[in-house]
Amino acid sequence: MTDTQYDRAPGDATALPDVEQGTSSGALVYTIGLALAVVLTAMSFWVANTSLLWVGGVSLGLTVLAVAQMGVHLVFFLHVTTGPDNTNNVMALAFGVLIVALVVVGSLLIMADLNENMMPAELMNLHLQH
Amino acid sequence: MNVNVALIDDVSPETRPIASEAGPAPKRVVVAYGFWIFLLSDIVMFAALFAAYAVLAQATAGGPSGAQLFNQVSVAIETACLLASSYTCGLMSLAVGSQRRFRTYLAAVATFALGAAFLTLELREFAGMIAVGAAPQRSAFLSAFFTLVGCHGLHVTVGLIWLAVMMLQIAVKGFRATVERRLLCFSLFWHALDIIWVWLFTVVYLMGGLS
Repeated sequence: MTDTQYDRAPGDATALPDVEQGTSSGALVYTIGLALAVVLTAMSFWVANTSLLWVGGVSLGLTVLAVAQMGVHLVFFLHVTTGPDNTNNVMALAFGVLIVALVVVGSLLIMADLNENMMPAELMNLHLQH
Repeated sequence: MNVNVALIDDVSPETRPIASEAGPAPKRVVVAYGFWIFLLSDIVMFAALFAAYAVLAQATAGGPSGAQLFNQVSVAIETACLLASSYTCGLMSLAVGSQRRFRTYLAAVATFALGAAFLTLELREFAGMIAVGAAPQRSAFLSAFFTLVGCHGLHVTVGLIWLAVMMLQIAVKGFRATVERRLLCFSLFWHALDIIWVWLFTVVYLMGGLS
């Protein structure tokens, strides 16, 4: 009965299996996360300011870097894993990501479409005069 | 003996009690999971503000655009402050886990100072923008900008107050289970704010400075 596995609390650093021996390995996890995040942030700022890259690809590159950094934060700071004790946390997160994507992408698509189909201002004025 | 154990492990993974059959989960797990759900709903609210900003980003109504207003150096310092405070917040939750009072205070003071530095820089940026006439009422772009970034700043303010209250609770109550659960929720909140900031500085400041 001792091996009963409860779910792990989200973000619970003290429940990491290798952290239970002492705080040094736990601090290592955070330090690796910090180093990766610093590298990704520095790359983001470089990509946004350099003239070496093709302008059209910069936005996509920034998006990829931001998603990667959010992943680093989730794994190293919030300790989200693929383990069975984390399934509930990951499922809730996945649902949140789905809603976020629907809201943001949906709004952008619909508003871009509306803008395209909008009558230009001059035509609108002409139309109203008659 | 070893063979027996191995056999039991091999043949009966499904007879071992799984989480749902083991009775109610510890309160720490339940509380943190509930707070996790709240954070996700908070992020969904931020998604709505992001969508509004992304739609209105070009609607400057003849006023100043993002490329003219944003100072990337100050944004880089703000980002560094928030990232470092996320790191010290992680060290604080480790110190709380091993119930070391001095380390907890040290990490909390560092977290608070870095968060306050972030907030100061952001408020200075806002004041500078309003001083040159780029106030929220100037254009739809600026309304969306101040709503989105201001909402994040408000969250950071609430987080700072929460952190100060938690330090008082440790001083008065010590490392009780209730206090530890609240500190776990606080660290979740603080890390989530940093994740939102990653999204925010990429979309608002870096992409906004491109055109």
